[in-house]
Amino acid sequence: MNARLLPLAGFALVFALLGFGIYWSQSHDPREVPSPLIGKPAPQFSLPLLDDPAKKVGSAELAGQPYLLNVFASWCFACRDEHPILMSDGKRLGIKLVGFNYKDEPDDAKRWLAQYGNPYDVIIADYPGNIAIDFGVTGAPETFLVDAEGVIRYKYISPITPEIIATELLPRISLLKQQAAK
Amino acid sequence: MTWRLFHSCERLALLARFALFCGILVSTPAYAVDPLPFKNHSEELRFQALTKQLRCLVCQNESLADSNAPLAADLRRDVFQQMQAGKSDDEIKAWLTARYSDFVLYDPPLHAGTWLLWFGPALVLLAGGAAIIVVVRRRSRLAPLQANATKPVGDTEEDW
Repeated sequence: MNARLLPLAGFALVFALLGFGIYWSQSHDPREVPSPLIGKPAPQFSLPLLDDPAKKVGSAELAGQPYLLNVFASWCFACRDEHPILMSDGKRLGIKLVGFNYKDEPDDAKRWLAQYGNPYDVIIADYPGNIAIDFGVTGAPETFLVDAEGVIRYKYISPITPEIIATELLPRISLLKQQAAK
Repeated sequence: MTWRLFHSCERLALLARFALFCGILVSTPAYAVDPLPFKNHSEELRFQALTKQLRCLVCQNESLADSNAPLAADLRRDVFQQMQAGKSDDEIKAWLTARYSDFVLYDPPLHAGTWLLWFGPALVLLAGGAAIIVVVRRRSRLAPLQANATKPVGDTEEDW
């Protein structure tokens, strides 16, 4: 090989490496921390209802049916993007939609829901954020699909979109229903 | 997509740095401190050393020790409580990785998914070293030829 081309080859190699880095970071959000909890039982929890803090709902009450746990908060901007999708398509999922109000002032959360609507079947509030840590939550919005046995089947970080519902959630939900029917 | 906790904490971090820059906080170290009731100084040192090895999940370029994100404050509280309960550093790290994967560790453990991360730089270094050896050998083979020639063969292609 012509030795004069060697530096060019070296440069091309570095260029390709950096280019790949840029390409990779376009399609992968580094903040989307992979969850080690998928395929494992969801943490045991019991949390007060947003509307009625005296009453508690938790993994024991939710067991027996699959449910979608959606982490939201009134302070979360991206939740505002996600909210209309949950309002319009939430019922289409055919499973219980559980709102997980994360580190939020109850009054703020209630006002937020009064303003934008309430797509949830039940809303639990984690003001101190302890259960969220057990779920490996890094922020809001985040969404967990939990099956009837209480196993986390899927996690999605970022606002849910109609595409995510169609390509990720609905197929998994119908699979869960098929398995339950057997 | 990007409007998560990230932005608020980034702004806070910026503010904190600005305050530091102005010399307001010069005398105190820049820990994002929540006053934790340490039993003694060595416990505090252990806490600081441990939280520096852990990554904040929200501002991922900050350690748990430095981050102002609310989640980081919660995790510092949990780390502190587990230290009080007598857990070892490794047990606390295992507790965190069970929830947040190896991502929380600045020092990722060696396994199939991380071998390139660990040995990649060494491989690049070896490749570079090998390239230098090849070039130097070729030149030293050429050097005596050049010395014997009446005119120096200066402008050949080897002369880069």
